[in-house]
Amino acid sequence: MILAWLIIILMLGGILAWITGRINPLFARWISLVSIFIDSIIVIKIWIDYKQQINLTASPSWFIEINSKWVPQFGINFHLALDGLSLILVALTVFLGLLSVLISWKEINERVGFFHFNLLWILAGIIGVFTASDLFLFYFFWEVMLIPMYFLIGIWGHENRIYASYKFFIFTQASGLLMLLAILGLYFIHGSQTGIYTFEYMQLLGTKINPSTAFFLMLGFLIAFVVKLPAVPFHSWLPDAHTEAPTAGSVILAGLLLKTGAYGILRFVIPFFPDASKDFQTVAFILGAAGILYGAMLAFAQTDLKRLVAYSSVSHMGFVLLGAFSFNQLSLQGTVIQLVAHGISTGALFILAGMLQERIHTRDINVMGGLWSKVPFMGGMGLLFALASLGLPGLVNFIAEFLILSGAYQANIVLTGIAALGLIASTIYSLRIVQKVFYGSPVKEWPIPDLNAREILIMGALTVVVVWLGLFPQHVLDISKSSVKKILNSIGKTEVLDNNHNKLEEITLGK
Amino acid sequence: MLNLLWLVPVLPFFSFLILALFGKKFPIKASAVLGAGSIGLSALLTLIIGIGFISNPPENFRFVQTFWTWFNVAGLNPSISFYLDPLSIVFIFVITFVGFLIHLYSIEFMYEEEGFSRFFAYMNLFVGSMLTLVLADNLLLLYLGWEGVGLCSFLLIGFWYKDPANGAAAQKAFIVTRIGDTAMAIGLFLLVANLGTLNINEILTKAPAVWPQSSGMATAAALLLLGGALGKSAQLPLQTWLPDAMAGPSPVSALIHAATMVTAGVYLIARTNALFILAPQVQMLIAIIGAATLLVAGFSALAQHDIKRVLAYSTISQIGYMFLALGVGAFSAAIFHFMIHAFFKALLFLAAGAVILSLHHEHNIFKMGGIKNKMPLIYWTFLIGSASLASLPLITAGFYSKDMILWFAWSSPKGSAWLWAAGLFGAFITAIYTFRLIFITFFGTQKTEIGHTPGKLIKVPLVILAVLSLIGGFIELPGTLGNLPLFSGFVEKVLPSAPVHGENILQEGIFQAIAAITALLGFYIAYLLYLRRTPSEGKNLLQKFFYSGWGFDWLYERIFVRPIIFLAKINKNDFIDLIYTGIAAGIGLFHGLLIKTQTGKLRWYAMGIAAGAVITLTIIVFL
Repeated sequence: MILAWLIIILMLGGILAWITGRINPLFARWISLVSIFIDSIIVIKIWIDYKQQINLTASPSWFIEINSKWVPQFGINFHLALDGLSLILVALTVFLGLLSVLISWKEINERVGFFHFNLLWILAGIIGVFTASDLFLFYFFWEVMLIPMYFLIGIWGHENRIYASYKFFIFTQASGLLMLLAILGLYFIHGSQTGIYTFEYMQLLGTKINPSTAFFLMLGFLIAFVVKLPAVPFHSWLPDAHTEAPTAGSVILAGLLLKTGAYGILRFVIPFFPDASKDFQTVAFILGAAGILYGAMLAFAQTDLKRLVAYSSVSHMGFVLLGAFSFNQLSLQGTVIQLVAHGISTGALFILAGMLQERIHTRDINVMGGLWSKVPFMGGMGLLFALASLGLPGLVNFIAEFLILSGAYQANIVLTGIAALGLIASTIYSLRIVQKVFYGSPVKEWPIPDLNAREILIMGALTVVVVWLGLFPQHVLDISKSSVKKILNSIGKTEVLDNNHNKLEEITLGK
Repeated sequence: MLNLLWLVPVLPFFSFLILALFGKKFPIKASAVLGAGSIGLSALLTLIIGIGFISNPPENFRFVQTFWTWFNVAGLNPSISFYLDPLSIVFIFVITFVGFLIHLYSIEFMYEEEGFSRFFAYMNLFVGSMLTLVLADNLLLLYLGWEGVGLCSFLLIGFWYKDPANGAAAQKAFIVTRIGDTAMAIGLFLLVANLGTLNINEILTKAPAVWPQSSGMATAAALLLLGGALGKSAQLPLQTWLPDAMAGPSPVSALIHAATMVTAGVYLIARTNALFILAPQVQMLIAIIGAATLLVAGFSALAQHDIKRVLAYSTISQIGYMFLALGVGAFSAAIFHFMIHAFFKALLFLAAGAVILSLHHEHNIFKMGGIKNKMPLIYWTFLIGSASLASLPLITAGFYSKDMILWFAWSSPKGSAWLWAAGLFGAFITAIYTFRLIFITFFGTQKTEIGHTPGKLIKVPLVILAVLSLIGGFIELPGTLGNLPLFSGFVEKVLPSAPVHGENILQEGIFQAIAAITALLGFYIAYLLYLRRTPSEGKNLLQKFFYSGWGFDWLYERIFVRPIIFLAKINKNDFIDLIYTGIAAGIGLFHGLLIKTQTGKLRWYAMGIAAGAVITLTIIVFL
């Protein structure tokens, strides 16, 4: 039931924020903050419980679940379930959710109640997507997160918001419909084979499908997910949506919505269609490597700060495609870390871009420059997250990229070598941010204040996570391990190497 | 005693953290005490640890201190742990001691600069990262230090960030070295895939067991690691970033771009020596690259106008010697030259910085001149450093270290007459450009008034380094002159011992005499060219070619930089988006056409229905 509460609290909070926001915008802000905070506490509780059961043998397939009938005639259940992978992403959701409310505190001043309603409903939809274990329910939540996001971009966005919100909606909706077709296809194939018509994930999992049908059904799922991810050449909605969205919208888009695509690949595409996925490996590698380099090249060319960061997302998500389709433990564990790392570091860069825009009312990096002397704290933060984005060791992004590429190397040496050029490319565009925004001589004399207490709180939280997980990534790796093993089992790779030699773990410090 | 090891890198990291967070609010003195003091403490600890290590060596001369497992995935479990052996002791000695002297110097040098505490924060971060690099017990932690020092190099080259030229130099340094780093990263993936570990000792024992001599895998692994070393140590073809890196303050050039970071590549190869020994072709390549680099950079140094650029090219050239030594299997000679080079090159950069500071930030040597009597201490220390660089025989440390390399280039089974000749010719060039620098900078007529006169904090480090540049060589005397292999005896506890040492005294003596005469000859040529005649900047084609560093920048600009920028620029709006906007436009067009039929006129609709019916019937009938 606790999983349902996670979603219900957010949905109720959203409605309450909408109603009370008409009286006083502060009500809406505080209600949102409190409801996400309650969710956070629940998530922390689950996290602690999860850590305790890791060492127990024979872990069940789901850690927590809630299952009740919804539309029994069609075999639709309200089935939410959570394992390590879901847990990590749900934790990321509430963390970025909290920050999103905080960054909107001063930025959003129109229709505040409705804004927070949308914000909370998006988060509810995302948590639903990460926990739904019934394919119909999954599709339902997929739509729940889409529509409020459309409003978020369309109402509170920047200059070109209407175009961007349409584009976002059409891309996601069109690809979502393909997924719906594929879900129905799977449903009927399974039903005709076994006589049981159900949308239940676990039951559909072992469905025998002939290879050519499997390929098309996989494509249906995959297209929905790679559009969301996004992979080249389906990325073109992203720069517009990210750039035009308000800061909170950009953070949620980059930090969470893109992750639903990655989650879908890991949760559905590979386990449902293991053979088709294996056949697709080389194509996925090519798309991944192309995304890494093409995204980086476009990021380098941009002059709009948010657009630059948006394209860097395309580049980073290329690693996810590479990692997911390497089918080994190194890469899959790395992919999960990459989802967290990208959520944090890109989120932070969007937040910084938002803070800058609030202060100087432009996103054009050509008129910035020399800001370091005026806002050294902000400069330091910009530097740190630019470094995170280029994968500096010691920060969590490095762990992700290293694990992904190490694993990918074992799958395809040549394409991994090409993808590794992304390390150089990300250096080029990330340093350009620092150079253009904070270094150089001032183009204009902006009279701007450095970070205030609320902003320091936001950036401080992000900094702690990015450094802490860079040095102690095992906290996340432990949580995702069993999910990764499940994925590997589903494609018939059971020889998961475990801690063979733990001898280094003994601490000799105090000797 | 050895258990204090962790403090050596942690102290600089700690003071970095304090300075980065609160430095803005500190008075200058507090930042100075914290920034330099932390390195001083590290140096002191290093001394204690070093003495403890030598007097009471641990088993196998190896000491490991483990803190936690970084991560553990699929059996790959690199840990955060430090590894102390004679090789890392030499490096942490140089890093902390030379580092401390440079920090002291910086207090005075940077005193009036904006961002004093930021400078010390970066410098401390650098020292901490560099110590991590050389103390890491696995290649992943080494890579962390490796990227960390690259970052600090970027930050400090661009320290005066308001000038976009400095920013460009900083970015160039980071990006060019990252090219090498990427090769190295792929090398790590290869090692993970084939050996299943990144622990250095495990690699060194596993590799010879798994890979046969000169097998493809061993060669690939060695080549990829070499890529990283070439970038960091500014060797051909990735050397172009170092001369531009001189945009940073002089202490930065002394610490990062002379004494420590740029020799990280030498450390990496020495540390993973077994991999290179498995791949003799790669080792030969290292020797050839070293020889080529030392000549290319030596000639470039001959034509520079900027005092720091002369020294930068000289650094590239001297590291070329170290690579030459590594290539012929004389690992201890490379490490010995690293240490001596750190002394005299740090000295030269610091002295050059003092000159620059005194002459109102003038860098052009042709606008200097005639200051030898005005600032005698700077002159004498600079002269001592130069003599060591030019390896004047017997009295300078540089003679002993360079001579050792030349001797092995000849006598080692992997050496050859060609490598020796290149090294010897390089030594000749070195002597010429070194004394050209001295004569033009300090002799002749004075052209710029002296402003600032250096104080104690600048003078003391210069004197100490000058002493070291002279006597540092006596810990390793060749067979002909006392035969005292203290240094090589120490590091060869963990490094493969150099081939033939101390045998064939007569031949070694002859070769030493040749080397000594060459250095003196170079000095004499410089005297003829630059003291007897009035030196000029030189405008002929060859000089311009050397001045540009053999046109590497020109070439890279055209084959890499411009095409990439061009491609990025023309595709700024993402041509893939055109496909989607094209589809949207097509639908819009169709929509526009259909709208035209919606006229509201009944007869048109009637005709449309009739025509449609006729066409449908026709199709049904005929098909």
